[in-house]
Amino acid sequence: MKEAVREEQGRLVIELGGEIDLDRAPEVRKLLLDCVGRGRDLLVDLSRVTYIDSSGIASLVEALQRADRAGLGLGLVSVSAEALRVFELARLDKVFAIHSDLGSALAAAG
Amino acid sequence: MSTPAAECLIELRFPARPDRMVLVRETVRTAARYCGFDELTTRDIVLAVGEACQNAILHAYDNRNVGQIVLGILRSADSLVLRVTDYGETVDPSKIKPRNLQDLRPGGLGTHFIQELMDSADFGPSPDGMGNVLQMTKKTK
Repeated sequence: MKEAVREEQGRLVIELGGEIDLDRAPEVRKLLLDCVGRGRDLLVDLSRVTYIDSSGIASLVEALQRADRAGLGLGLVSVSAEALRVFELARLDKVFAIHSDLGSALAAAG
Repeated sequence: MSTPAAECLIELRFPARPDRMVLVRETVRTAARYCGFDELTTRDIVLAVGEACQNAILHAYDNRNVGQIVLGILRSADSLVLRVTDYGETVDPSKIKPRNLQDLRPGGLGTHFIQELMDSADFGPSPDGMGNVLQMTKKTK
């Protein structure tokens, strides 16, 4: 299973995995935007992402912007080294709240 | 576009479709390792080629699942050379300029990644008169 959504302490935790490229980005985008529509703060777990490109990043940026407009938080959790490299290249590692693990993310979200 | 004296390691011709990119990336990964790149640099090369092919699919072929891309993987004395050729609409190079990273919006990052990750990247119309060629190099030494 490449994607999974569950609730943790009132927040939606979205696990993404595998390779998020132009082929998979549309389904990831839909999942993220559907989750934003549920009106909860979101944490996106990227620990199992082995590849992400600009199309995958674009899906996350769009979800972050929608969440902002809705007054919701969207943070990243356990970002794999492969994904973190791409966020750094895009200078997005300072735009997204990035948490080392789920426990600290839930604590930071209060 | 000048081409360094280089031997062809492999040439791939594939449909310009998003669902073929996983196969292309695997070939690029193997070629980069074959040329002695470490794992981090191999990942960077794979990302750059993925972005180059994605640009061809989106801009030259308008993501209509038509057309072909040819990826040439070559090795010169000091570099790995990756040449992405499409046969779609000739794209104005100014339209694929890297965008300002301060401008937070989805999309437009692919060209920035290519320029950051590769030692050179030259984009222009195909000498055949139809389509585009992006040639990238990464130094092996």
